[in-house]
Amino acid sequence: MLSHRVKRRYLAVKAESKEPIQGKEVLDAVWNALTQLFGEYGASQSELTFIHDYKQKGYFILRCSRRALPKVKASVASIREICEKPVTIHVLRVSGTLKALRKKTASAELT
Amino acid sequence: MRKFADLHLKPSLEDFERVKNMINKSAELGFQMVGFSFPSKTSVDEANQVRKVCHDNGVELATRVDIAPRSRRELLSSLRRLRRRFEIVNVFCTSKVVARQAAKDRRVDLLSFPVAEYPKSFFDRAEAKLASTALASLEIDMQPLILLRGFARIRLLSVLRREVAIAKSLKVPIVLSSGATDMRFLRKPQGFASLGMLFGLDLPLALEALSETPLGIVVRNRQKLSPAYVASGVRVVRRRDCCLTG
Repeated sequence: MLSHRVKRRYLAVKAESKEPIQGKEVLDAVWNALTQLFGEYGASQSELTFIHDYKQKGYFILRCSRRALPKVKASVASIREICEKPVTIHVLRVSGTLKALRKKTASAELT
Repeated sequence: MRKFADLHLKPSLEDFERVKNMINKSAELGFQMVGFSFPSKTSVDEANQVRKVCHDNGVELATRVDIAPRSRRELLSSLRRLRRRFEIVNVFCTSKVVARQAAKDRRVDLLSFPVAEYPKSFFDRAEAKLASTALASLEIDMQPLILLRGFARIRLLSVLRREVAIAKSLKVPIVLSSGATDMRFLRKPQGFASLGMLFGLDLPLALEALSETPLGIVVRNRQKLSPAYVASGVRVVRRRDCCLTG
C-alpha cells in the first residue's frame, strides 16, 4: 500500500540579538513557542528539524512539514527571548528544497 | 510590489536614539510607511525632527495621535482640537459610551480597545455596525501578543478572535499595527501576518490589514487635510482672482 510522501518546507531564519545565539537554542525556542501556542498535539504535527547553522552569514535553516508552515511562522514571530537573552527571529526565506533556499538566501544577501 | 505600513510606533519622544533605531529597523524590515504616535501637545518642530529621520531612512511618516477620553464630551472636544493637526486619530475606548460615539464619528480613523481587561472589550455587533457605516477601522496591536505569556495570552487571543469575527462579518476594516515601544517587538510584515492567523485572520486579509487598509486611511486623510479639500468629492482644482471682487 502506498503511503503519501510528507511534503516539507525549508526556512531560513535569522536571529537578532546582542549576544551570540546557537542553532540548538533557536530550535529549542521554536519548539517552546510551538508548544505554547498550539499545544503538544499541534507541535508534534510540525515535524520541526534543525538543518544547518550558517554562523558566519548569521542565519539558520530549519525544516518543517508544509501543512505546519503557518504555525511555525507564527511561532517564530512570537519569540522574544532565548535563555533570558532578548532576541528577535525573522523568517528570511521559505522554499521547498534546500538547494533553492540556499540560492534564494544568497541572492537576497547580494541585493 | 505591495507597500506595507505600520501605523503604530510608540517609543518615547524623549529617547530620540530609540526613535531613530525603531524607524531604521522598520525600514529594514520592509515597511514603507510608519505611523508615529505623538503626544497631543507636540510642537511642529518635534514632528519635523521625526519626519527628517523617516526621510533619511526612506520611509514615509504619518503623524498620529492617540486619545483615551473618559466621556463623550471629552472625546468630542479632543476631536475638535486635534483632528486638523494629525493625519491619524485613534480612539482608545475605555467605556461603552465613548466606544459608541467614536464608532459613529467620521473624524475617527482607528478604534482600539483594552486588551488586558477582558470584560472591557466593547467591540460588539452594535459597535461594528456603527463603525462600518462611518469610516472607523479596528486596530489590533501586536506587541501584547508577543509580550504576554500563559493565561493572559490565551484570554487575549480569545478576545481578538471574537473581535475579528465580528469585524469580518460586518465588513469593518482591520488594521494590524506593531504598537511597539521597543525594537524587540518589531517584526516583518509577513511575521505580523502569520501572528494574525492565531486569532482567525487569514493570510490575504492580514496582509491587507498591513498594507491597503492603513495606506488607504492615510491617503484619505491627507486629501482631507490639504487646502484644496472642500467636502467629500469636492476639491479646488484651480484658484483665480475673482473678477467680481476686483
